[in-house]
Amino acid sequence: MQPLPAPIAGWFDARGWSIHPHQRDMLARAADPATLLIAPTGGGKTLAGFLPTLAELADGTHKGLHTLYISPLKALAADIKRNLRTPVEEMGLPIRIDDRSGDTSQTRKKAQRADPPHILLTTPESLALLISYPDAPKIFAGLQRVIVDEIHALAESKRGDQLFLALSRLQTLAPGLRRVGLSATVDNPAEIATLLARHPDPCKILMADPGPAPQIDMLETAEAPPWSGGGAAYAIPAVLDQVRQHRTTLIFHNTRAQAEIFFHNLWLANEDSLPIGIHHGSLARESREKVEAAMAAGDLRAIVCTGSLDLGLDWGDVDLVIQVGAPKNVKRLIQRIGRANHRYNAPSKALLVPANRFEVVECRAALEAARENDLDGAPRGPGPLDVLCQHILISACAGPLTADQLFSETITAGPYAALTRQEFDACLEFVATGGYAFRAYDRWQRLMQRDGLWQLRDPRAASRIRMNIGTIQDADLMKVRLRGRGKPLGEVEEAFAASLTPGDTFLIGGRIVRYEGLRELTVEVSPHAARKPKIAVFSGTKFATSTQLSQRILRMFRQDDWPELPAHTSDWLHLQRQMSRLPETGRLLVESFPHDGREHLCVYGFAGRNAQQTLGLLLTKRMEETGLAPLGFVSTDYATLIWGLDPVTDAAPLFEINALRDGLEGWLAGNAVMKRTFRAVATIAGLIERNTPGARKTGRQATFSSDILYDTLLKYEPDHLLMRVTRDEAMRGLVDFARIEELAARVGGRIDTLRTPHVTPLAAPLLLEAGKVPVQGAAEERLLAEETERLMQAAGLN
Amino acid sequence: MNAHPFTLAGAQLQARGSGALHWPAQNLLCVSDLHLGKSERMARRGGATLPPYETRDTLERLDAELVATGAQTVICLGDSFDDRAAALALSEDEKLWITRLQAGRRWVWIEGNHDPGPIDLGGTHLAELPIDALCFRHIAQPGQSGEVSGHYHPKVRISARGRAISRPAFLVDGDRVILPAFGTYTGGLRSHDAALATLMRPEALAILTGPSPRPVPMQR
Repeated sequence: MQPLPAPIAGWFDARGWSIHPHQRDMLARAADPATLLIAPTGGGKTLAGFLPTLAELADGTHKGLHTLYISPLKALAADIKRNLRTPVEEMGLPIRIDDRSGDTSQTRKKAQRADPPHILLTTPESLALLISYPDAPKIFAGLQRVIVDEIHALAESKRGDQLFLALSRLQTLAPGLRRVGLSATVDNPAEIATLLARHPDPCKILMADPGPAPQIDMLETAEAPPWSGGGAAYAIPAVLDQVRQHRTTLIFHNTRAQAEIFFHNLWLANEDSLPIGIHHGSLARESREKVEAAMAAGDLRAIVCTGSLDLGLDWGDVDLVIQVGAPKNVKRLIQRIGRANHRYNAPSKALLVPANRFEVVECRAALEAARENDLDGAPRGPGPLDVLCQHILISACAGPLTADQLFSETITAGPYAALTRQEFDACLEFVATGGYAFRAYDRWQRLMQRDGLWQLRDPRAASRIRMNIGTIQDADLMKVRLRGRGKPLGEVEEAFAASLTPGDTFLIGGRIVRYEGLRELTVEVSPHAARKPKIAVFSGTKFATSTQLSQRILRMFRQDDWPELPAHTSDWLHLQRQMSRLPETGRLLVESFPHDGREHLCVYGFAGRNAQQTLGLLLTKRMEETGLAPLGFVSTDYATLIWGLDPVTDAAPLFEINALRDGLEGWLAGNAVMKRTFRAVATIAGLIERNTPGARKTGRQATFSSDILYDTLLKYEPDHLLMRVTRDEAMRGLVDFARIEELAARVGGRIDTLRTPHVTPLAAPLLLEAGKVPVQGAAEERLLAEETERLMQAAGLN
Repeated sequence: MNAHPFTLAGAQLQARGSGALHWPAQNLLCVSDLHLGKSERMARRGGATLPPYETRDTLERLDAELVATGAQTVICLGDSFDDRAAALALSEDEKLWITRLQAGRRWVWIEGNHDPGPIDLGGTHLAELPIDALCFRHIAQPGQSGEVSGHYHPKVRISARGRAISRPAFLVDGDRVILPAFGTYTGGLRSHDAALATLMRPEALAILTGPSPRPVPMQR
């Protein structure tokens, strides 16, 4: 290792600090082509990433861009700029640092392209935009290092795929480029290393001292949790107690809706008026920034939040993390716990709050997995082709290219290392001509081949393409504003907005508002002084319980007794064992019982919410075909409850995996899940443009729903590239058929149908579960008939 | 039955679930805003290359409506083509299909804002067409009565037990009917829009298209 340049060494000495071992390791490996550092938050991870850069720039001889820092959050990039500038100034180093994101002004962006800083802090989307400019080779020519922060989070989404493709481009522009990834604790460091490195370069994985083990416990409450639901309102007094006892508490929730409801209830019970804020992705940027600032200033005692706080911003003073609702995934739990106590060598402290009785079991399982550091993760699929299509468009914006060169560059990107030339050519064909069997666009191709080089037919299209760069899908959000005052409160999903009728009340940003109406693309509301909102749900992401965690729960069920669980929960499990039996790993338990004049079938698949939902759809379809008259079903992470007119005495024939797979084919095509997936895929691939110049002026009738495109392709070209990508993605994601196949393999025909005289203890909570799905083909027409009739009658027209 | 009957200026009309308007006494079928060639126009203007199947899909549905009603007169109420060049760029198959539909029928192209001026396909080109007490034109004119028009692509959104269902719709009052768009690649304008709300009388109905057309009071 090179000795540290004097100003840097002096800076450490002046503070009486010594350099951390992993920071030293990073310096020692500064010349490696790729390095992945795994370190807990607060361990000087960011500085470890930047130290080699500072050392290389200390003598002031480097001209132009030296290091590119990529983070998943704009706010994080801005934060790092502040935190890095301070030591750089204190060390007196001649280093220019700047950040760039969607919020950066046009003038500053132009200046950055003309005269880049030494260190540029940015996001994957802004980087994709940068490489789309014809002057990209000039900007990046001298680039030496790229630092990808929070790489574990980026690797989980298409944003990561886009980033790794951009890196493959950068490597061509700057062949000496070295890559560094900074990651929180993960289950699969080797996989992340493969994504980061230029394929097939090696990538050294450095593990920093993880620090002391976290203290994780379940929150003790006077009242037992309810049988179902996700609000955890019962725990409010105990949570407030904890907030009082700690300096700053982060209260994590799994969905935005739950965070809103909990926050509302917390304030109703907050008699000492403790300063408590709320932070989630649907809130207006202004409100989020306010909370972040208050938090940084130490003015808040607690923040109710969601995944929007999973990442990055370093708020040293958090001394307790509370997770409300089962964490569903151990890895995420550990990362959240890591948000507490950023002081090195102090253990993080966390409390789990189960929202219902089953979650007591799940929280216990998660807690033990976390203590054993048994992390879960699903294998990552190959690099998605819709992102590649966008990358091809971006590359063409920068200038003419050859297919051979772009292909060989693409397969150096980790996620695309196994991409075949055939797949690549299909993507290029799609981008150029639409890739349709009916060759309609020979005159109007998007890309044309001239002299062996692919280029934009109309160079003016570049600005349109740039307007649509990115892979984040904000699921058609609509702004919520207070009527008259125009103050933005946040955003709700368009589907939620569409279901509102004037007078409905709902929660946003912790306050209850009354829906007044739609004005252009804005939801107008007025303040409303009620204690209880009429409608509280606008959905955020619902995670499915991971395979590992589900397996752990099944293993817990094998125990004779459960001294580690509260009495109310172990009594419940004992009662289940007495009246029926407990589900097991190698068998599938199916209970059949009458209840409330209907026949019920409860299937304990433990396959996670999405797969159980799919299983419900497929099983009811099979039951319909065999005349078992199902009426509806409801699913949770561990079971599906189906009700109908006839008792099922032997469920085994329903589970024939080939028949289920056949059912899937037919059902999938017309399904809303497919349409939603298609919309995302088609948008990323550039078939649907979210932003077009002057689009808003022509009014809404000029645009039409992506569902129409889906239906058209399904009818005329069901094997089109985008339809194939959509099917693959839905099967892995929302449909989650893989876990149904895994379930089938696991139980292999050992299916026990148990007939009980009445509802069993384990099945009872499902009767109370929200989200029941009716089984009726003509549901929409029937609903419409009812409602239109009612409206006509109300108007006195019938 | 897949049609909702109503009366306009004494004429007995049928709002069909497909979005077409049928006038049995005249043996006449009227469709609006076909926007044929829309995908071609978008690609030509440097936009995305959408699945190029909307023209044949629209023609297929129009064909089915002609078979179902046996209409001898067809009025395309404007914006039949996404623009003039799109009309010229239709494939030979598509042009032949239109010719086949026109055979043995009286066929009128009303001019729209997207397709002013004649197009080199059979049929008559008119700015508007009066028949009995009705007048067919592309864009509604305030103060007229017995008027049949299109242009706005009206649609209606119903919220039924928490589920939002959106459908293209006819808007009908004592003076006029505004047709929904018939073309496959068309979106809609909600009846709340000021342009529609000021045009239609307070007692106007919206007739939702779909497997069975259903009337509701027009939302505003």
